[in-house]
Amino acid sequence: MNDLPQQLANGLLLGALYGLIAIGYTMVYGIVQLINFAHGEIFMIGGFGALTMWLWMPNGTSLLVALPLMILMAVICSVLVGVGAERFAYRPLRGAPRLAPLITAIGLSIALQQAIWAWYPEATKSRPFPEFSGPRLDFGAFTIERGELYLLIAAPVCMIALGFFVSKTRTGRAMQATSQDPDTAKLMGINTDRIIVMAFAIGAAFAAIAAIAHGLRYGEVNFKMGFIAGLKAFTAAVLGGIGNIYGAMIGGVVLGLSEAMATAYIADIPGMEQLGGGAWKDVWAFVLLILVLLLRPQGLLGERVSDRA
Amino acid sequence: MTALLQVEDLKVAYGKIEAVKGISFSVQSGEVVTLIGTNGAGKTTTLRTLSGLLKPSGGKIFFDGTPLNGVGAHKIVAMGLAHSPEGRRLFPRLTITENLQLGAFLRKDSAGIEQDITMCYELFPILGERRKQAAGTLSGGEQQMLAMGRALMSRPKLLMLDEPSMGLSPIMMQKIMETIRELKSQGTTILLVEQNAQAALSIADHGHVMEVGKVVLSGTGEELLHDESVRKAYLGED
Repeated sequence: MNDLPQQLANGLLLGALYGLIAIGYTMVYGIVQLINFAHGEIFMIGGFGALTMWLWMPNGTSLLVALPLMILMAVICSVLVGVGAERFAYRPLRGAPRLAPLITAIGLSIALQQAIWAWYPEATKSRPFPEFSGPRLDFGAFTIERGELYLLIAAPVCMIALGFFVSKTRTGRAMQATSQDPDTAKLMGINTDRIIVMAFAIGAAFAAIAAIAHGLRYGEVNFKMGFIAGLKAFTAAVLGGIGNIYGAMIGGVVLGLSEAMATAYIADIPGMEQLGGGAWKDVWAFVLLILVLLLRPQGLLGERVSDRA
Repeated sequence: MTALLQVEDLKVAYGKIEAVKGISFSVQSGEVVTLIGTNGAGKTTTLRTLSGLLKPSGGKIFFDGTPLNGVGAHKIVAMGLAHSPEGRRLFPRLTITENLQLGAFLRKDSAGIEQDITMCYELFPILGERRKQAAGTLSGGEQQMLAMGRALMSRPKLLMLDEPSMGLSPIMMQKIMETIRELKSQGTTILLVEQNAQAALSIADHGHVMEVGKVVLSGTGEELLHDESVRKAYLGED
């Protein structure tokens, strides 16, 4: 196990990616008790937004120079789709039985995937995403790809900013109030419709930032990328305690580390030699989800089991 | 003199079931008015409609001369109508101070807000001692104090209290009723919904008795307190 530091680094980076996407599930659930199953596609669209901006750049532009504009474009695309979904798909169903918005979310997820497949140029197959070239960064005990530096900076910055926003600002306080009791929040003078839109927008922006990390890591974007990433992030959100933003971050890291550890070391256990390697990593992630649902359904930081949804 | 709150033939329905079937009453500035009646009479529904959480199916509401029909709840607070809902409905995971600050959500004068929070802690010293504690950890009586304090934080022209004595010990109930009396003496206009008719009527200038969605009897607090049918039905005498 002398590659342990390397596996920990891999797991942490993967976990940071899951955690960023998980914020969108958990914030929306915390406020409207809806699992937005189209969130994976909102993430995917951010990736295509970033790619579009990259393709608009003149030939030979350095990726470092283009990156801020790519982030901006990704965030704009994801936020527009996220806020549009809230306004036109979910808001008309507020007060409807819980199954209705859930099915709408699944339908929206399929529609968005197919829209990119059909209308984005050459998106029927994976489109290459720019990568930072050069040797891996050497930290002594472990190395990482140059592109991972983006995630290493973006994830903590986003999380700290969100934590500050929610706990210290007036709007953040209003968001907490809305999530704890929406009717009473209205009686305080809080425009809860605006708070709901904001939750969708923040979740979408974080997903967009994560989509760029995903593109840099795998060197491509495709119309299906939101499915498995979304499912993993949803797992992270449940793992941490859905509705709790700190839970989403911690759930992401726990999931990422578990995947990395299981992939690397399960095969060393006598009798489990066939279960090693990357092909099994999704299995371990979902085994973890099932265990959490069985043993601690409220999640690691969840306070109580909600009877809703 | 025009009333601060004027309710005319108000009707509210949940689907096809009419919970409030055309009631009219008014509240003058500086007055305490109470709605009494049994469970299911439509008292809470009436308050929730006045504060904009429910939409009326008919009738008119005027507050300070402005029609309230169709105005969103968060805008009604801004006009000076505060509602302390049934069952306290505090934000359980926020602290006492944070709950009070949310009561003043629409106010911009931070110095005035600080001052009012201090005043609230003078009115209810126990809240001051526990200001950093989460609201969900308070006892029922303390929660009711906080709910009233929070509603006062918006400096309302009209304070609506829904069942402030519900589920409280007799001593705590007395304390809450004393506080309402104190608020009244300071000139606060209050619309009080109560099941404890005796306590409510002895404070109120005017009272209305509600039964299955209608006002069946109105009068001054004194009159209703001595009315034979009220004594039989609500004060437990035969």
